[in-house]
Amino acid sequence: MRRSGPRALFAAIALAITGAVQAGDSITLASTTSTEASGLFDHIVPKFREATGIHVRVVAVGTGQAFEIGRRGDADVLLVHDTAAEEAFVSDGYAAERRHVMSNDFVLVGPADDPADVAGADSALDAFRRIADGEHPFTSRGDDSGTHRAERNLWHDAGIQPRGRWYRELGSGMGGTLNTAAAMDAYTYADRATWTAFGNRQNLTLLFDGDDVMFNQYGSLLLDGDRHPHVKHDKARQWHEWLLSDQGQEAIASFRLRGQQLFFPNDATPPEP
Amino acid sequence: MDNAFQAAFRLIAERDPVLVEIVTLSLQVSLTAVLIASAIALPLGAAIALWQFPGRGLLIVILNAFMGLPPVVAGLMVYLMLSRAGPLGELGLLFTPTAMVIAQVVLILPIVAALSRQVIEELWGEYREQLQSLGVSRLGAIPTLLWDARFSLTTVVLAGFGRASAEVGAVLIVGGNISGVTRVMTTSIALETNRGNLPLALGLGIILLVLVATVNAVAYMVGESARRRLG
Repeated sequence: MRRSGPRALFAAIALAITGAVQAGDSITLASTTSTEASGLFDHIVPKFREATGIHVRVVAVGTGQAFEIGRRGDADVLLVHDTAAEEAFVSDGYAAERRHVMSNDFVLVGPADDPADVAGADSALDAFRRIADGEHPFTSRGDDSGTHRAERNLWHDAGIQPRGRWYRELGSGMGGTLNTAAAMDAYTYADRATWTAFGNRQNLTLLFDGDDVMFNQYGSLLLDGDRHPHVKHDKARQWHEWLLSDQGQEAIASFRLRGQQLFFPNDATPPEP
Repeated sequence: MDNAFQAAFRLIAERDPVLVEIVTLSLQVSLTAVLIASAIALPLGAAIALWQFPGRGLLIVILNAFMGLPPVVAGLMVYLMLSRAGPLGELGLLFTPTAMVIAQVVLILPIVAALSRQVIEELWGEYREQLQSLGVSRLGAIPTLLWDARFSLTTVVLAGFGRASAEVGAVLIVGGNISGVTRVMTTSIALETNRGNLPLALGLGIILLVLVATVNAVAYMVGESARRRLG
């Protein structure tokens, strides 16, 4: 036992070295759980690698945490969904550039018997009011993610301050929130990609979608190389620009899950000023 | 439950290459962390057991308390150290297996140090007079004590391994659960739970339990055969 000590240390050092080498021709992308859970990256990252030889290492977290990772310089590029916060991220000088990449929409899901009758609502705000008026259980992400921020905006626009026993802030990812909603027959606000990929629906069903205010825009943020000299700016830019190239947009559009297209390319949308 | 066992058996039967990669990395990270932590903590535990010094009681209390360090806190501490904005950011170790090893060392070191201190201290009580009558110094006594306590210390090290292989909070924060780079068993289970693939998540959990049981069984058998040989 004692003699294996030094050998074990060398093995540890070797592991440390391989860890560092692996990072050489790769970039780190901080993105959201919705894109990871749906399997989008498994579809588009290999295509990018084929085109450029660059490996993209995806760290999937909530949008709030992705911004924090970007601010600290721990990723090279972000792909998130909170347009207002993305613009602030650029104006605060953390990102050199921001582009619209793709979009989809949010959906309101809930128990199939739909006690609040949100399926009969004529708008998203109306649906939210019906849930609040009847104090029907609603599970909120509560994790400062892009989806959580979008949900809070809807409550705000509906003139409702959600609180009380019916409103459950979970502090959980989208999947965890859907698991909880399924277990307690609650309503919840989800991004369509995670909802489509989700395998544990039980009694949950899609009840309301299609309102323009439920639009979900994803943006790519290229970190500022001056602020963070160590970021792999050139490689990150290749990814950032590839996403908007015909090839990248085609890769996004061709991703299907359960026969459904989940992300819609934004090539027609001009970059934000 | 049935689906979970089916998922587990299917993954094993197919020798799913992604699963093999994840299992390999899990063992690599946790075993490396256990070896490094033990290399530091066993002599440290022995030293605390043998020497009297000011603040010794406080150090023992701190070590005992840190056995209960929440993995997310350990992960966050290592994250802030290794982040580009942190003191060790230059090394670029965040989101690598090395970062995961460091986080697990932080988690296990107090366990191995505190428990081995206890074991060695008891043994020292038995051996003290004999060793000192032979003119062996305290420093010289450490290898003898560690060797003679090796069976108890194996259990201590296994407790550390159990903690390392079971935790998810620390490796998720410092590793980032990057597919093919830092994805291990526990973070895969968390991801599949988030995808609502509960049978697959539980199936991975069953495989993890079998792995940990296997490592423990090997350690037990090695210990038993050594014990029999020594009579």
